[in-house]
Amino acid sequence: MRYPFPVGAADFIQGDEAIARAAILAGCRFYAGYPITPASEIFEAMSLYMPLVDGVSIQMEDEIGSIAAVIGASWAGAKAMTATSGPGFSLMMENLGYAVMTETPLVLVNVQRSGPSTGQPTLAAQGDVMQAIWGTHGDHSLIVLTPATVQEAFDMTIRAFNLAEKYRTPVILLTDAEVGHMRERVYAPNPDELELVYRKLPVNEEEAKYPFGDVHGDLVPPMPIFGKGYRTYVTGLTHDERGRPKTVEAEVHEKLIKRIVAKIENNKKDIVDYETYELDDAEIVLISFGIVARSAMRAVKELRKEGIKAGLLKLNVVWPFDFELIEKIAENAERMYVAEMNLGQLYHLVKEGANGKAEVGLISRIGGEVHTPGEIVERIKNDLR
Amino acid sequence: MRKEVLIGGFGGQGVILASVILGRAAAVYEGLHAVQTQAYGPESRGGASRAEVVISDEPIDYPKALAPDYAILLSQQAYEKYLPLVKKGGFVIVEKDLVPNRNKELEKNFKVFAVPLTEIAEETTGLSLTMNILTLGLLVKLTGIVSEGSIEKAVLDSVPKGTENINLRALKKGFELGEKLLKGEI
Repeated sequence: MRYPFPVGAADFIQGDEAIARAAILAGCRFYAGYPITPASEIFEAMSLYMPLVDGVSIQMEDEIGSIAAVIGASWAGAKAMTATSGPGFSLMMENLGYAVMTETPLVLVNVQRSGPSTGQPTLAAQGDVMQAIWGTHGDHSLIVLTPATVQEAFDMTIRAFNLAEKYRTPVILLTDAEVGHMRERVYAPNPDELELVYRKLPVNEEEAKYPFGDVHGDLVPPMPIFGKGYRTYVTGLTHDERGRPKTVEAEVHEKLIKRIVAKIENNKKDIVDYETYELDDAEIVLISFGIVARSAMRAVKELRKEGIKAGLLKLNVVWPFDFELIEKIAENAERMYVAEMNLGQLYHLVKEGANGKAEVGLISRIGGEVHTPGEIVERIKNDLR
Repeated sequence: MRKEVLIGGFGGQGVILASVILGRAAAVYEGLHAVQTQAYGPESRGGASRAEVVISDEPIDYPKALAPDYAILLSQQAYEKYLPLVKKGGFVIVEKDLVPNRNKELEKNFKVFAVPLTEIAEETTGLSLTMNILTLGLLVKLTGIVSEGSIEKAVLDSVPKGTENINLRALKKGFELGEKLLKGEI
């Protein structure tokens, strides 16, 4: 396999470009999208590369069609992705729920910009955290990853595909206009250095009868592929283990939804990922994700220089959420701060996790500019005065 | 060693491309960490354009310039807006013809090199739009932020096919200009 970009080498590219290249290395061969700032560069790169790797990149009539096409491609056996931003993400919400309900592996990239509505198209925000987690209606769970650097955008795209395939679920790569548009050094590994995960397929007729049943006791049913000889019924209606609609039986609904939620929540330890910096003796704990985590990291260094014992918890996954981890950190902290580019979203999860063991403050910024390290430092010093 | 570079001008001067080439030279050819970010007006020509490059031998936390060590100011507007942000003792390259009103008092804080960059580019290659590459050559010679070999490779990677020779000529003119400025010959 020849790749239309350097592998086993470093390059200097935008976050959006890194996401496209990583998707192709992860085995993605179907992309459907609708152009939108600041995610269009992903589509551009996919349109250029896909024909060169025998893949498909297609422009749909809108974002509803884009995610619908991706769901179809996934059932046809392809690893598939779409990418969008605010307004398009809103349009994708219904079909995102369809992907959850039908347990369809796919990767949905949201390069966040300021909203609501068309807002500030070219500027970054982190206002879609709650929407990524809870935007689609009904009880559910899914996975949300949050890269802070271009290298992380690359690495987490590969991880997003692996998690989607492993747990048969949609995975959201929640990045932002800053990471999407900045250029950084990215090392793209050789394909043989990569560990790639592929969905479980039914191994016989018997298994294929239960495309929505916990046939292996791991909560993840094997997924039949359209055109491979099995008769499978796929529906967004509540369905039994065979996929047949059963819309009024409480026990069928409960069993299905609890399994879909449990396959994510019970595997929290496998999915959750975070980094800590100077956290061991920290009295002041900053919690952040994505681009703002880099300002927070710098702020911790500056606070330490001034003798203030600060530390950082950088979340690489914001759902599933490790409430127990937050409580443990809160037990040893005097004060916690969530720094994010919105009016307080992750803040609410952290507050719930802290469970009253530490005071939790919000360092909020909106309008398109990332917090400067200085403003985080000032805010904390002000509170300590 | 964290070094911050700010390039300010207007659309069409090649501000963004210059910043990408500089970042590429550091990241790909020197194995350093580098981040390039940009902001520009809605117009593709004539609107204000700004790019930043942060280069470091360690992973880069905050990706933007806090107080640039080096600034390239290619318009009056960029000069007025960004000169006050430059770190004390920093290097500042000014497009002399496009910045008629200078603040000599403020400039005392920096090492300022004011050169008619566009005019020299036009004399050297016949194309005023090679000014950005010439300026990169000048910056590299004055500051040593990356090696001459690395910037040359990054220029060759990034410019349109068929324009390699013209751009190399501009780059080398930049080196030459830098050398003369350092020796006090200009």
